[in-house]
Amino acid sequence: MEIFEIVTYFVLLLLVSTAVRVVTTSNVIHAAISLVFTLALTSVLFLLLSTEFVALVLVLVYIGAVIVLFLFGIMITRAPLGKNAELDNDKNKKLGAAIAGSIFFLFSYILVNGFDGEVIITSGSSTELLGEILLSRFVFPFELVSFVLLAALIGGITLARKDEALIDEDQV
Amino acid sequence: MSIELIISLVKANIVLAVLLTNTILLIWFERKVVAGMQSRVGPDRAGPFGILQTLADAIKLLLKEQILPSKADRAMYLLAPLIALVPSFLIFMIIPLGPDITVEWQNALYTIPLVGADLNVGVLYFLALSSIAVYSVVLAGWSSGSKYPLLGGVRASAQMISYEAAMGLALVPVILYSGSLSLVDIVNSQSGNLSSSIPILNTIVSFIPKWNIFPQFVAFGIFFIAAVAEVNRAPFDLVEAEQELVGGFHTEYSGFRFAMFFLAEYINMFNMCAITATFFLGGWLGPTFEGILPPIFSVIMPIIWLGVKTFLLLFVFVWIRATLPRLRYDQLMELGWKRMIPLSLVWLILSAIVLGLREFGLPWS
Amino acid sequence: MISYFQDYVTIGAVLGFGLFLVVLLLGVASVLRPNKPYAEKLQTYECGVDPVGTGWSQTYVRYYIFGLLFVIFDVEAVFIFPWAINLEKLGYFGLIEMFVFIFILLIGLIYAIRKDVLKWES
Repeated sequence: MEIFEIVTYFVLLLLVSTAVRVVTTSNVIHAAISLVFTLALTSVLFLLLSTEFVALVLVLVYIGAVIVLFLFGIMITRAPLGKNAELDNDKNKKLGAAIAGSIFFLFSYILVNGFDGEVIITSGSSTELLGEILLSRFVFPFELVSFVLLAALIGGITLARKDEALIDEDQV
Repeated sequence: MSIELIISLVKANIVLAVLLTNTILLIWFERKVVAGMQSRVGPDRAGPFGILQTLADAIKLLLKEQILPSKADRAMYLLAPLIALVPSFLIFMIIPLGPDITVEWQNALYTIPLVGADLNVGVLYFLALSSIAVYSVVLAGWSSGSKYPLLGGVRASAQMISYEAAMGLALVPVILYSGSLSLVDIVNSQSGNLSSSIPILNTIVSFIPKWNIFPQFVAFGIFFIAAVAEVNRAPFDLVEAEQELVGGFHTEYSGFRFAMFFLAEYINMFNMCAITATFFLGGWLGPTFEGILPPIFSVIMPIIWLGVKTFLLLFVFVWIRATLPRLRYDQLMELGWKRMIPLSLVWLILSAIVLGLREFGLPWS
Repeated sequence: MISYFQDYVTIGAVLGFGLFLVVLLLGVASVLRPNKPYAEKLQTYECGVDPVGTGWSQTYVRYYIFGLLFVIFDVEAVFIFPWAINLEKLGYFGLIEMFVFIFILLIGLIYAIRKDVLKWES
């Protein structure tokens, strides 16, 4: 086996173990940090596939922004230290594992058969090609993305905003 | 072992050694300069001129007792200083220290780029690692199991993420001008002097080097201020100020773990200054005096120029700390969101329009 | 294979050495330092008095909105970077597209400012 395959399998092994940790631990923040490690290992996988732009965007946006948002949400609402008993759902574990496993196999079958060993990028830096394609062939989805972001922004602000009529006097 | 692996390991060692030595000198330098600006002497007992003061402090902190609070979450408490310190080593890897050097070894010519890792996406790598630094603050604040670190941690991380957005958007005009995300290309695109299509202006500006600060002074200002806020330095250091939230997110840390936060802040400060020098002040570019000095200097002069520019920016950092008062938290957040981000977006649009006019001519011709 | 990924191997080497160095120092510290915990010393610090209440206090939901705003602008910056590299290839058409993109997100920011979510303290 080449060193490339060894490294890939090693990363995959770590990835599966951290992902399992995310769903089996009963401490919320431990789950969030295990998710951070899972995403970091996914970004290493993307690096091994020579798409460094996607790998670093994964770190920058997912790890750097989205999970920080999760952590803010947890800390502002209750920030429990230690195990959280209501996260342990023993009743439906087997059914949940069966459904998750079948979805996993279905997805992998569809993806592997769909791409079937096709090589997308043959030369050049991935970032430049991505930029070219994004703004020439896929202009319409690109502009739609800006609208989706705007909708998310306005939605989040509307939900979390304080209603002016309910502001009491001793708000510092 | 292949030659590339050996080069990688040697570069890794050099980077770590350079960073740690620079940090020790930087802490001493800051204490001396702040003391001078406050009309006092600063450290002068440990070693000549107090240079070994930092080492003495580090050894003292190594020997102090580590108090792990009973309510703390042990795993995250131990992880947070690691997340603070290790990414700061990694940021220094992408800074180019000089042009490629060609050595002849075993009858083959090797071109070694004087940069730890010449990534195609260096700018994104830098932004991604700055984003990871937020985690150390958040985890430290939460895992200490007490109110003040939690509040301090949430506020510090909100401050850091606000200025990260401004930092990322302020870098886009620089990328527009150089056309690449790799830092080596950004430095190489700043070589030469400015030129203008108007002949009279051309004779005046052709003495000015083509560093990115001259066309992009607004982006430089935004990036520099965002860098100061990102490293949690004064005047943006409300969240670790002793008078406010006790010690902020590192209240419950003692001993070497506290030293790790401290070291991480100074290493980050050094990294930010070096990155600002690379993006805006032309990195290692500068006259090499080739005819006058012996040829070994043509390898060392670029490193010296980078060091001089970084040192100047570090002096400005320390100067700002000694001079300006601390910003209140709402003033800080207002500055970040209401002034810097709209300004950076407007400046981005203006730079793109100017570049478009220069490259494509007028749209109706 | 290594020559293609050489830069990343170097980064991995720095990561490994850095971790090793830090863990080594922590290990040295844990050998050298005293360790005599007792209950009062392990209490959380609350300005010198006995700590009151749990280790949590309520903060504003405004911090969550800052996080949300940051996610939006981070994604926007990520979309701007591939365009910024290809400025010459995309011509005026690409410029106009990107201006539309930025303008829509500027509208979002102005909405946030006008709705006073970025006001007051914090």
